[in-house]
Amino acid sequence: MKYMLIIANDPETHPVPGGPGWDELMAAYGTFAEQLASHGKPFSGDPLAPPDTATTVRVRDGKTITVDGPFAETKEWLSGYFLIECDNLDQALQAAAMIPSAKYGAVEVRPVAHM
Amino acid sequence: MSPTDRPGPVGAAVERAYRADGGRVLARLISITGDFDLAEESLQEALIAALRTWARDGIPDNPAGWLVTTARRKAVDRLRRHASSERRQRDWGELSIAWTLGTPAEPIGDDRLRLIFTCCHPALPLGARVALTLRALGGLSTAAVARAFLMPEPTLAQRLVRAKRKIREAAIPYEVPAEEELPGRLDAVLAVIYLIFNAGYLPPSGDTLVRVDLCDEAVRLGGVLTRLLPDEVEPIGLLALLHLQDSRRAARVGPSGQPVTLEEQDRRRWDGEKVRRGLELLDAAAALGRPGPYQLKAQIAAVHARTARAEDTDWAAIVACYDALLTVEPTPVVALNRAVAVAMAGVPADGLALLDDPELAGPLASYHLYHLTRADLLRREGRREEAAGAFREARRHTDNQAELAFVERRLREL
Repeated sequence: MKYMLIIANDPETHPVPGGPGWDELMAAYGTFAEQLASHGKPFSGDPLAPPDTATTVRVRDGKTITVDGPFAETKEWLSGYFLIECDNLDQALQAAAMIPSAKYGAVEVRPVAHM
Repeated sequence: MSPTDRPGPVGAAVERAYRADGGRVLARLISITGDFDLAEESLQEALIAALRTWARDGIPDNPAGWLVTTARRKAVDRLRRHASSERRQRDWGELSIAWTLGTPAEPIGDDRLRLIFTCCHPALPLGARVALTLRALGGLSTAAVARAFLMPEPTLAQRLVRAKRKIREAAIPYEVPAEEELPGRLDAVLAVIYLIFNAGYLPPSGDTLVRVDLCDEAVRLGGVLTRLLPDEVEPIGLLALLHLQDSRRAARVGPSGQPVTLEEQDRRRWDGEKVRRGLELLDAAAALGRPGPYQLKAQIAAVHARTARAEDTDWAAIVACYDALLTVEPTPVVALNRAVAVAMAGVPADGLALLDDPELAGPLASYHLYHLTRADLLRREGRREEAAGAFREARRHTDNQAELAFVERRLREL
Protein backbone atom coordinates (compact mmCIF):
# COMPACT_ATOMS: atom_id res chain seq x y z
CA MET A 1 0.00 0.00 0.00
CA LYS A 2 1.15 3.49 -0.84
CA TYR A 3 0.21 6.34 1.47
CA MET A 4 0.72 10.05 1.14
CA LEU A 5 1.49 11.83 4.38
CA ILE A 6 0.39 15.42 3.88
CA ILE A 7 1.88 17.90 6.28
CA ALA A 8 -0.13 20.98 7.22
CA ASN A 9 1.36 23.67 9.43
CA ASP A 10 0.28 26.80 11.16
CA PRO A 11 3.08 29.30 10.35
CA GLU A 12 2.32 31.07 13.65
CA THR A 13 3.57 28.12 15.69
CA HIS A 14 5.86 26.21 13.32
CA PRO A 15 9.60 27.05 13.45
CA VAL A 16 10.85 29.19 10.54
CA PRO A 17 14.29 29.04 8.85
CA GLY A 18 16.86 30.68 11.08
CA GLY A 19 14.36 31.03 13.96
CA PRO A 20 14.27 29.19 17.28
CA GLY A 21 13.86 25.45 17.02
CA TRP A 22 14.70 25.37 13.29
CA ASP A 23 18.03 23.52 13.49
CA GLU A 24 16.57 20.90 15.84
CA LEU A 25 13.64 20.47 13.48
CA MET A 26 15.90 19.91 10.47
CA ALA A 27 17.98 17.42 12.43
CA ALA A 28 14.77 15.57 13.38
CA TYR A 29 13.76 15.45 9.71
CA GLY A 30 17.18 13.98 8.91
CA THR A 31 16.64 11.25 11.51
CA PHE A 32 13.13 10.60 10.19
CA ALA A 33 14.41 10.17 6.62
CA GLU A 34 17.07 7.74 7.86
CA GLN A 35 14.41 5.73 9.69
CA LEU A 36 12.30 5.56 6.54
CA ALA A 37 15.32 4.50 4.50
CA SER A 38 16.19 1.78 7.02
CA HIS A 39 12.90 0.01 6.17
CA GLY A 40 14.25 -0.60 2.69
CA LYS A 41 11.03 0.46 0.98
CA PRO A 42 10.98 3.26 -1.57
CA PHE A 43 9.80 6.62 -0.35
CA SER A 44 9.93 10.20 -1.44
CA GLY A 45 9.17 13.51 0.14
CA ASP A 46 9.86 17.20 -0.06
CA PRO A 47 9.09 20.41 1.72
CA LEU A 48 7.05 22.97 -0.18
CA ALA A 49 7.77 26.69 -0.44
CA PRO A 50 5.29 28.90 1.49
CA PRO A 51 1.76 29.45 0.14
CA ASP A 52 2.53 33.01 -0.98
CA THR A 53 4.55 31.34 -3.74
CA ALA A 54 1.53 29.30 -4.87
CA THR A 55 -0.42 29.79 -8.09
CA THR A 56 -3.68 27.95 -8.76
CA VAL A 57 -4.85 26.92 -12.21
CA ARG A 58 -8.36 25.98 -13.31
CA VAL A 59 -9.55 25.18 -16.82
CA ARG A 60 -13.15 26.24 -17.59
CA ASP A 61 -14.71 26.03 -21.04
CA GLY A 62 -11.29 25.50 -22.54
CA LYS A 63 -9.92 28.65 -20.93
CA THR A 64 -7.13 28.53 -18.39
CA ILE A 65 -7.78 30.68 -15.35
CA THR A 66 -4.70 31.42 -13.31
CA VAL A 67 -5.09 32.78 -9.80
CA ASP A 68 -2.52 33.87 -7.28
CA GLY A 69 -2.47 31.85 -4.05
CA PRO A 70 -3.29 28.31 -2.85
CA PHE A 71 -6.59 26.56 -3.74
CA ALA A 72 -7.87 26.73 -0.21
CA GLU A 73 -7.36 29.61 2.21
CA THR A 74 -6.93 28.12 5.65
CA LYS A 75 -4.97 28.93 8.77
CA GLU A 76 -2.87 25.81 8.26
CA TRP A 77 -1.10 25.42 4.97
CA LEU A 78 0.36 22.56 3.05
CA SER A 79 4.06 22.57 3.83
CA GLY A 80 5.36 19.24 2.61
CA TYR A 81 4.62 15.61 1.93
CA PHE A 82 6.00 12.11 2.08
CA LEU A 83 4.97 9.27 -0.16
CA ILE A 84 5.69 5.96 1.57
CA GLU A 85 5.07 2.23 1.18
CA CYS A 86 3.47 0.44 4.14
CA ASP A 87 1.71 -2.84 4.82
CA ASN A 88 -1.28 -1.18 6.42
CA LEU A 89 -2.74 1.97 7.92
CA ASP A 90 -1.25 1.38 11.37
CA GLN A 91 2.26 1.51 9.95
CA ALA A 92 1.41 4.66 8.02
CA LEU A 93 -0.04 6.28 11.15
CA GLN A 94 3.11 5.39 13.07
CA ALA A 95 5.24 7.00 10.38
CA ALA A 96 3.00 10.08 10.39
CA ALA A 97 3.40 10.46 14.14
CA MET A 98 7.20 10.40 13.66
CA ILE A 99 7.17 13.37 11.28
CA PRO A 100 8.75 16.20 13.29
CA SER A 101 6.19 18.79 12.16
CA ALA A 102 3.38 16.67 13.63
CA LYS A 103 4.31 18.30 16.95
CA TYR A 104 3.29 21.72 15.57
CA GLY A 105 0.68 21.11 12.89
CA ALA A 106 -1.13 18.08 11.53
CA VAL A 107 -0.37 15.21 9.19
CA GLU A 108 -3.14 13.82 7.02
CA VAL A 109 -2.69 10.19 5.99
CA ARG A 110 -4.29 9.24 2.69
CA PRO A 111 -4.02 5.93 0.86
CA VAL A 112 -3.07 6.29 -2.78
CA ALA A 113 -6.09 5.06 -4.77
CA HIS A 114 -5.89 2.03 -7.05
CA MET A 115 -7.08 3.04 -10.48
CA MET B 1 -30.17 -15.88 7.62
CA SER B 2 -31.79 -17.04 10.80
CA PRO B 3 -31.43 -20.81 11.00
CA THR B 4 -34.31 -20.83 13.53
CA ASP B 5 -36.93 -21.02 10.79
CA ARG B 6 -35.71 -24.53 9.91
CA PRO B 7 -36.81 -26.84 12.71
CA GLY B 8 -35.59 -30.41 13.10
CA PRO B 9 -32.32 -31.84 14.38
CA VAL B 10 -30.20 -30.55 11.48
CA GLY B 11 -31.67 -27.06 11.75
CA ALA B 12 -31.04 -27.17 15.48
CA ALA B 13 -27.44 -28.30 14.95
CA VAL B 14 -26.82 -25.49 12.45
CA GLU B 15 -28.32 -23.00 14.85
CA ARG B 16 -26.23 -24.39 17.73
CA ALA B 17 -23.06 -24.10 15.66
CA TYR B 18 -23.98 -20.57 14.62
CA ARG B 19 -24.75 -19.48 18.18
CA ALA B 20 -21.68 -21.11 19.68
CA ASP B 21 -19.14 -20.27 17.00
CA GLY B 22 -20.74 -17.79 14.59
CA GLY B 23 -18.64 -14.93 15.95
CA ARG B 24 -15.38 -16.84 15.67
CA VAL B 25 -16.28 -18.17 12.22
CA LEU B 26 -17.16 -14.70 10.90
CA ALA B 27 -13.98 -13.21 12.38
CA ARG B 28 -11.94 -15.94 10.72
CA LEU B 29 -13.62 -15.33 7.38
CA ILE B 30 -13.14 -11.56 7.57
CA SER B 31 -9.53 -12.21 8.39
CA ILE B 32 -9.09 -14.55 5.41
CA THR B 33 -11.01 -12.49 2.86
CA GLY B 34 -10.21 -9.02 4.19
CA ASP B 35 -13.76 -8.10 3.27
CA PHE B 36 -16.69 -7.81 5.72
CA ASP B 37 -19.42 -8.13 3.12
CA LEU B 38 -17.86 -11.05 1.33
CA ALA B 39 -17.37 -12.80 4.68
CA GLU B 40 -20.96 -12.23 5.77
CA GLU B 41 -22.44 -13.30 2.44
CA SER B 42 -20.26 -16.40 2.29
CA LEU B 43 -21.18 -17.39 5.84
CA GLN B 44 -24.88 -17.09 4.97
CA GLU B 45 -24.37 -19.35 1.98
CA ALA B 46 -22.42 -21.82 4.11
CA LEU B 47 -25.25 -21.93 6.67
CA ILE B 48 -27.77 -22.66 3.92
CA ALA B 49 -25.45 -25.35 2.51
CA ALA B 50 -25.08 -26.83 6.00
CA LEU B 51 -28.83 -27.46 6.25
CA ARG B 52 -28.71 -29.52 3.06
CA THR B 53 -25.35 -31.24 3.44
CA TRP B 54 -25.62 -32.12 7.11
CA ALA B 55 -29.07 -33.65 6.46
CA ARG B 56 -27.51 -35.85 3.77
CA ASP B 57 -24.07 -36.67 5.24
CA GLY B 58 -24.64 -36.22 8.96
CA ILE B 59 -23.48 -33.48 11.28
CA PRO B 60 -19.69 -32.99 11.06
CA ASP B 61 -17.41 -33.48 14.07
CA ASN B 62 -16.21 -29.90 13.85
CA PRO B 63 -19.18 -27.81 12.68
CA ALA B 64 -17.34 -24.48 13.02
CA GLY B 65 -14.41 -25.72 10.94
CA TRP B 66 -16.84 -27.08 8.35
CA LEU B 67 -18.53 -23.67 8.16
CA VAL B 68 -15.19 -21.86 7.68
CA THR B 69 -14.06 -24.25 4.96
CA THR B 70 -17.38 -24.11 3.15
CA ALA B 71 -17.74 -20.34 3.48
CA ARG B 72 -14.20 -19.92 2.17
CA ARG B 73 -15.09 -21.98 -0.89
CA LYS B 74 -18.23 -19.85 -1.37
CA ALA B 75 -16.06 -16.74 -1.14
CA VAL B 76 -13.74 -18.05 -3.85
CA ASP B 77 -16.77 -18.80 -6.03
CA ARG B 78 -18.11 -15.30 -5.51
CA LEU B 79 -14.77 -13.70 -6.33
CA ARG B 80 -14.36 -15.88 -9.40
CA ARG B 81 -17.81 -14.86 -10.63
CA HIS B 82 -16.94 -11.20 -10.16
CA ALA B 83 -13.26 -11.36 -11.05
CA SER B 84 -13.50 -8.62 -13.64
CA SER B 85 -11.19 -6.08 -12.08
CA GLU B 86 -7.52 -6.65 -11.53
CA ARG B 87 -7.98 -6.12 -7.81
CA ARG B 88 -10.58 -8.86 -7.53
CA GLN B 89 -8.40 -11.25 -9.46
CA ARG B 90 -5.53 -10.63 -7.10
CA ASP B 91 -7.80 -11.22 -4.07
CA TRP B 92 -9.08 -14.38 -5.65
CA GLY B 93 -5.55 -15.61 -6.28
CA GLU B 94 -4.56 -15.11 -2.66
CA LEU B 95 -7.75 -16.64 -1.43
CA SER B 96 -7.58 -19.75 -3.57
CA ILE B 97 -4.06 -20.39 -2.31
CA ALA B 98 -5.31 -20.06 1.26
CA TRP B 99 -8.18 -22.38 0.42
CA THR B 100 -5.99 -25.04 -1.16
CA LEU B 101 -3.85 -25.11 1.96
CA GLY B 102 -6.87 -25.55 4.25
CA THR B 103 -7.97 -28.95 5.46
CA PRO B 104 -11.62 -30.06 5.07
CA ALA B 105 -12.49 -28.96 8.61
CA GLU B 106 -9.61 -26.91 9.86
CA PRO B 107 -9.12 -25.78 13.47
CA ILE B 108 -10.28 -22.18 13.33
CA GLY B 109 -8.51 -20.52 16.24
CA ASP B 110 -9.83 -17.16 17.31
CA ASP B 111 -9.58 -14.06 15.17
CA ARG B 112 -12.08 -12.09 17.19
CA LEU B 113 -9.47 -10.07 19.06
CA ARG B 114 -7.95 -8.84 15.81
CA LEU B 115 -11.41 -8.00 14.57
CA ILE B 116 -12.26 -6.08 17.75
CA PHE B 117 -9.24 -3.86 17.22
CA THR B 118 -10.20 -3.35 13.58
CA CYS B 119 -13.82 -2.46 14.36
CA CYS B 120 -12.78 -0.09 17.17
CA HIS B 121 -9.93 1.50 15.21
CA PRO B 122 -9.56 5.22 15.98
CA ALA B 123 -9.35 5.91 12.23
CA LEU B 124 -13.09 5.17 12.07
CA PRO B 125 -15.78 7.57 13.31
CA LEU B 126 -17.05 6.62 16.77
CA GLY B 127 -20.58 5.81 15.66
CA ALA B 128 -19.25 3.48 12.99
CA ARG B 129 -17.03 1.71 15.53
CA VAL B 130 -20.04 0.96 17.71
CA ALA B 131 -22.17 -0.24 14.81
CA LEU B 132 -19.41 -2.35 13.27
CA THR B 133 -18.58 -3.99 16.59
CA LEU B 134 -22.22 -4.92 17.19
CA ARG B 135 -22.58 -6.09 13.62
CA ALA B 136 -19.36 -8.08 13.19
CA LEU B 137 -18.77 -9.32 16.74
CA GLY B 138 -22.28 -9.34 18.15
CA GLY B 139 -23.82 -10.74 15.00
CA LEU B 140 -26.67 -8.21 15.29
CA SER B 141 -28.46 -7.33 12.07
CA THR B 142 -28.22 -3.81 10.68
CA ALA B 143 -31.94 -3.43 11.45
CA ALA B 144 -31.41 -4.40 15.10
CA VAL B 145 -28.48 -2.02 15.54
CA ALA B 146 -30.45 0.81 13.89
CA ARG B 147 -33.41 0.15 16.19
CA ALA B 148 -31.19 0.11 19.26
CA PHE B 149 -29.77 3.52 18.38
CA LEU B 150 -33.10 4.96 17.18
CA MET B 151 -31.56 5.58 13.81
CA PRO B 152 -33.11 5.07 10.37
CA GLU B 153 -31.78 1.81 8.94
CA PRO B 154 -30.56 3.35 5.64
CA THR B 155 -28.51 5.92 7.60
CA LEU B 156 -26.83 3.19 9.60
CA ALA B 157 -26.34 1.00 6.53
CA GLN B 158 -24.67 3.94 4.78
CA ARG B 159 -22.39 4.50 7.75
CA LEU B 160 -21.42 0.82 7.75
CA VAL B 161 -20.72 0.89 4.02
CA ARG B 162 -18.42 3.89 4.43
CA ALA B 163 -16.61 2.31 7.37
CA LYS B 164 -16.07 -0.96 5.54
CA ARG B 165 -14.80 0.91 2.52
CA LYS B 166 -12.31 2.79 4.66
CA ILE B 167 -11.13 -0.45 6.27
CA ARG B 168 -10.53 -1.88 2.82
CA GLU B 169 -9.12 1.13 0.97
CA ALA B 170 -7.02 2.64 3.74
CA ALA B 171 -5.93 -0.91 4.73
CA ILE B 172 -6.87 -0.74 8.39
CA PRO B 173 -5.19 -3.96 9.50
CA TYR B 174 -6.72 -7.04 11.10
CA GLU B 175 -4.25 -7.36 13.89
CA VAL B 176 -3.73 -6.87 17.57
CA PRO B 177 -1.68 -3.69 18.00
CA ALA B 178 1.97 -3.97 19.06
CA GLU B 179 2.65 -3.81 22.78
CA GLU B 180 3.62 -0.13 22.78
CA GLU B 181 0.41 0.77 20.94
CA LEU B 182 -1.85 -1.53 22.94
CA PRO B 183 -2.82 0.67 25.91
CA GLY B 184 -4.15 3.53 23.77
CA ARG B 185 -5.87 1.24 21.32
CA LEU B 186 -7.35 -0.86 24.12
CA ASP B 187 -8.90 2.31 25.58
CA ALA B 188 -10.73 2.80 22.29
CA VAL B 189 -12.09 -0.76 22.46
CA LEU B 190 -13.21 -0.40 26.09
CA ALA B 191 -14.90 2.92 25.28
CA VAL B 192 -16.91 1.28 22.50
CA ILE B 193 -18.08 -1.54 24.78
CA TYR B 194 -19.01 0.91 27.54
CA LEU B 195 -20.83 3.08 25.02
CA ILE B 196 -22.84 0.08 23.87
CA PHE B 197 -23.75 -0.70 27.47
CA ASN B 198 -24.75 2.89 28.19
CA ALA B 199 -26.79 3.11 25.02
CA GLY B 200 -28.75 0.17 26.38
CA TYR B 201 -28.87 1.54 29.91
CA LEU B 202 -30.03 5.08 29.24
CA PRO B 203 -30.79 6.10 25.69
CA PRO B 204 -30.67 9.88 25.16
CA SER B 205 -34.16 9.88 23.69
CA GLY B 206 -37.06 7.54 23.15
CA ASP B 207 -39.48 6.17 25.67
CA THR B 208 -37.84 3.10 27.17
CA LEU B 209 -35.24 3.52 29.86
CA VAL B 210 -33.50 0.16 29.69
CA ARG B 211 -32.68 -1.53 26.41
CA VAL B 212 -32.05 -5.03 27.48
CA ASP B 213 -30.27 -6.44 24.48
CA LEU B 214 -27.52 -3.80 24.22
CA CYS B 215 -26.61 -4.25 27.89
CA ASP B 216 -26.39 -8.01 27.44
CA GLU B 217 -24.37 -7.53 24.28
CA ALA B 218 -21.87 -5.24 26.03
CA VAL B 219 -21.47 -7.71 28.90
CA ARG B 220 -20.93 -10.50 26.40
CA LEU B 221 -18.33 -8.50 24.41
CA GLY B 222 -16.60 -7.51 27.65
CA GLY B 223 -16.43 -11.19 28.58
CA VAL B 224 -14.93 -12.10 25.20
CA LEU B 225 -12.31 -9.37 25.64
CA THR B 226 -11.26 -10.54 29.12
CA ARG B 227 -10.88 -14.11 27.85
CA LEU B 228 -8.84 -12.98 24.84
CA LEU B 229 -6.62 -10.56 26.81
CA PRO B 230 -6.38 -12.26 30.22
CA ASP B 231 -3.36 -10.25 31.38
CA GLU B 232 -4.89 -6.82 30.81
CA VAL B 233 -6.49 -5.36 33.91
CA GLU B 234 -8.87 -2.72 32.54
CA PRO B 235 -11.08 -5.14 30.57
CA ILE B 236 -11.68 -6.98 33.85
CA GLY B 237 -12.39 -3.66 35.58
CA LEU B 238 -14.88 -2.78 32.85
CA LEU B 239 -16.59 -6.16 33.04
CA ALA B 240 -16.87 -5.80 36.84
CA LEU B 241 -18.41 -2.35 36.35
CA LEU B 242 -20.89 -3.63 33.78
CA HIS B 243 -22.01 -6.47 36.07
CA LEU B 244 -22.44 -4.16 39.05
CA GLN B 245 -24.38 -1.55 37.06
CA ASP B 246 -26.42 -4.21 35.36
CA SER B 247 -27.32 -5.80 38.71
CA ARG B 248 -29.56 -2.78 39.37
CA ARG B 249 -31.44 -3.16 36.12
CA ALA B 250 -34.74 -4.36 37.61
CA ALA B 251 -34.65 -1.83 40.44
CA ARG B 252 -33.77 1.30 38.49
CA VAL B 253 -37.01 1.48 36.55
CA GLY B 254 -40.37 1.85 38.27
CA PRO B 255 -43.61 0.06 37.30
CA SER B 256 -44.61 2.78 34.82
CA GLY B 257 -41.13 3.01 33.28
CA GLN B 258 -39.92 5.97 35.33
CA PRO B 259 -36.29 6.05 36.53
CA VAL B 260 -35.71 5.26 40.21
CA THR B 261 -32.64 6.88 41.80
CA LEU B 262 -29.98 4.77 43.46
CA GLU B 263 -31.10 6.14 46.82
CA GLU B 264 -34.74 5.17 46.27
CA GLN B 265 -34.14 1.77 44.71
CA ASP B 266 -35.44 -1.35 46.44
CA ARG B 267 -32.08 -3.02 46.91
CA ARG B 268 -33.67 -6.44 47.40
CA ARG B 269 -34.42 -6.28 43.69
CA TRP B 270 -30.75 -6.03 42.78
CA ASP B 271 -29.52 -9.16 41.03
CA GLY B 272 -27.44 -10.92 43.69
CA GLU B 273 -25.75 -13.19 41.17
CA LYS B 274 -24.55 -10.24 39.07
CA VAL B 275 -23.36 -8.42 42.20
CA ARG B 276 -21.43 -11.51 43.28
CA ARG B 277 -19.87 -11.88 39.84
CA GLY B 278 -19.04 -8.16 39.68
CA LEU B 279 -17.32 -8.19 43.06
CA GLU B 280 -15.42 -11.35 42.12
CA LEU B 281 -14.17 -9.68 38.93
CA LEU B 282 -13.23 -6.57 40.86
CA ASP B 283 -11.12 -8.67 43.24
CA ALA B 284 -9.44 -10.29 40.24
CA ALA B 285 -8.71 -6.85 38.76
CA ALA B 286 -7.43 -5.48 42.07
CA ALA B 287 -5.07 -8.44 42.37
CA LEU B 288 -3.43 -7.40 39.08
CA GLY B 289 -2.84 -3.86 40.42
CA ARG B 290 -2.57 -0.78 38.18
CA PRO B 291 -6.15 0.43 38.72
CA GLY B 292 -7.44 2.33 35.72
CA PRO B 293 -10.64 4.35 35.28
CA TYR B 294 -12.95 1.37 34.80
CA GLN B 295 -11.66 -0.45 37.86
CA LEU B 296 -12.06 2.72 39.93
CA LYS B 297 -15.63 3.17 38.69
CA ALA B 298 -16.29 -0.47 39.53
CA GLN B 299 -14.95 0.18 43.06
CA ILE B 300 -17.48 2.98 43.46
CA ALA B 301 -20.28 0.75 42.21
CA ALA B 302 -19.05 -1.95 44.62
CA VAL B 303 -19.43 0.35 47.63
CA HIS B 304 -23.11 0.70 46.73
CA ALA B 305 -23.47 -2.98 45.95
CA ARG B 306 -22.17 -3.96 49.38
CA THR B 307 -24.53 -1.55 51.19
CA ALA B 308 -27.97 -2.92 52.06
CA ARG B 309 -29.54 0.41 53.07
CA ALA B 310 -28.89 3.65 51.16
CA GLU B 311 -28.48 5.66 54.39
CA ASP B 312 -25.54 3.44 55.43
CA THR B 313 -23.51 4.27 52.30
CA ASP B 314 -19.84 4.96 53.03
CA TRP B 315 -19.64 8.23 51.10
CA ALA B 316 -16.16 9.02 52.39
CA ALA B 317 -14.90 5.86 50.67
CA ILE B 318 -16.66 6.95 47.50
CA VAL B 319 -15.09 10.42 47.62
CA ALA B 320 -11.68 8.72 47.93
CA CYS B 321 -12.42 6.64 44.81
CA TYR B 322 -13.42 9.78 42.90
CA ASP B 323 -10.22 11.52 44.00
CA ALA B 324 -8.24 8.64 42.48
CA LEU B 325 -10.45 8.64 39.40
CA LEU B 326 -9.97 12.38 38.82
CA THR B 327 -6.21 11.86 38.58
CA VAL B 328 -6.57 9.32 35.72
CA GLU B 329 -9.72 10.77 34.13
CA PRO B 330 -9.91 14.51 34.83
CA THR B 331 -13.24 15.22 33.10
CA PRO B 332 -16.12 17.51 34.12
CA VAL B 333 -18.47 14.53 34.44
CA VAL B 334 -16.17 12.82 36.97
CA ALA B 335 -15.89 16.12 38.85
CA LEU B 336 -19.70 16.35 38.84
CA ASN B 337 -20.06 12.92 40.38
CA ARG B 338 -17.38 13.68 42.91
CA ALA B 339 -19.30 16.80 43.95
CA VAL B 340 -22.35 14.61 44.64
CA ALA B 341 -20.26 12.27 46.79
CA VAL B 342 -18.81 15.23 48.69
CA ALA B 343 -22.34 16.54 49.31
CA MET B 344 -23.52 13.15 50.52
CA ALA B 345 -20.46 12.65 52.74
CA GLY B 346 -20.96 16.02 54.45
CA VAL B 347 -23.56 18.65 53.73
CA PRO B 348 -25.22 19.50 50.39
CA ALA B 349 -23.73 23.00 50.51
CA ASP B 350 -20.19 21.56 50.09
CA GLY B 351 -21.26 19.80 46.90
CA LEU B 352 -23.17 22.84 45.65
CA ALA B 353 -20.08 25.01 46.05
CA LEU B 354 -18.16 22.58 43.82
CA LEU B 355 -20.98 22.50 41.24
CA ASP B 356 -21.19 26.28 41.00
CA ASP B 357 -17.47 26.56 40.24
CA PRO B 358 -17.42 28.07 36.71
CA GLU B 359 -14.78 25.56 35.63
CA LEU B 360 -17.34 22.82 36.15
CA ALA B 361 -20.54 24.73 35.38
CA GLY B 362 -19.26 26.05 32.04
CA PRO B 363 -18.55 22.78 30.20
CA LEU B 364 -21.66 21.07 31.64
CA ALA B 365 -24.14 23.89 30.93
CA SER B 366 -26.15 21.83 28.44
CA TYR B 367 -25.81 18.48 30.23
CA HIS B 368 -29.18 17.59 31.78
CA LEU B 369 -27.62 15.51 34.57
CA TYR B 370 -25.63 18.54 35.74
CA HIS B 371 -28.86 20.49 36.27
CA LEU B 372 -30.64 17.47 37.78
CA THR B 373 -27.78 17.00 40.25
CA ARG B 374 -27.76 20.66 41.17
CA ALA B 375 -31.53 20.65 41.56
CA ASP B 376 -31.35 17.64 43.83
CA LEU B 377 -28.75 19.22 46.13
CA LEU B 378 -30.72 22.48 46.26
CA ARG B 379 -33.82 20.43 47.13
CA ARG B 380 -31.94 18.72 49.96
CA GLU B 381 -30.82 22.13 51.22
CA GLY B 382 -34.44 23.27 51.28
CA ARG B 383 -33.80 25.96 48.64
CA ARG B 384 -37.06 25.18 46.81
CA GLU B 385 -37.23 28.10 44.40
CA GLU B 386 -33.73 27.55 43.11
CA ALA B 387 -34.28 23.78 42.96
CA ALA B 388 -37.38 24.29 40.81
CA GLY B 389 -35.38 26.54 38.48
CA ALA B 390 -32.65 23.90 38.13
CA PHE B 391 -35.21 21.13 37.47
CA ARG B 392 -36.73 23.23 34.71
CA GLU B 393 -33.27 23.81 33.25
CA ALA B 394 -32.66 20.02 33.28
CA ARG B 395 -35.97 19.54 31.44
CA ARG B 396 -34.73 21.76 28.60
CA HIS B 397 -31.78 19.48 27.95
CA THR B 398 -33.33 16.02 27.60
CA ASP B 399 -36.00 14.54 25.38
CA ASN B 400 -36.15 11.16 27.12
CA GLN B 401 -39.80 10.66 28.12
CA ALA B 402 -39.01 8.71 31.27
CA GLU B 403 -36.57 11.36 32.46
CA LEU B 404 -39.01 14.15 31.68
CA ALA B 405 -41.64 12.38 33.78
CA PHE B 406 -39.10 12.10 36.60
CA VAL B 407 -38.44 15.85 36.49
CA GLU B 408 -42.19 16.54 36.54
CA ARG B 409 -42.56 14.33 39.61
CA ARG B 410 -39.75 16.14 41.42
CA LEU B 411 -41.27 19.52 40.54
CA ARG B 412 -44.63 18.41 41.97
CA GLU B 413 -42.93 17.15 45.15
CA LEU B 414 -41.19 20.47 45.83
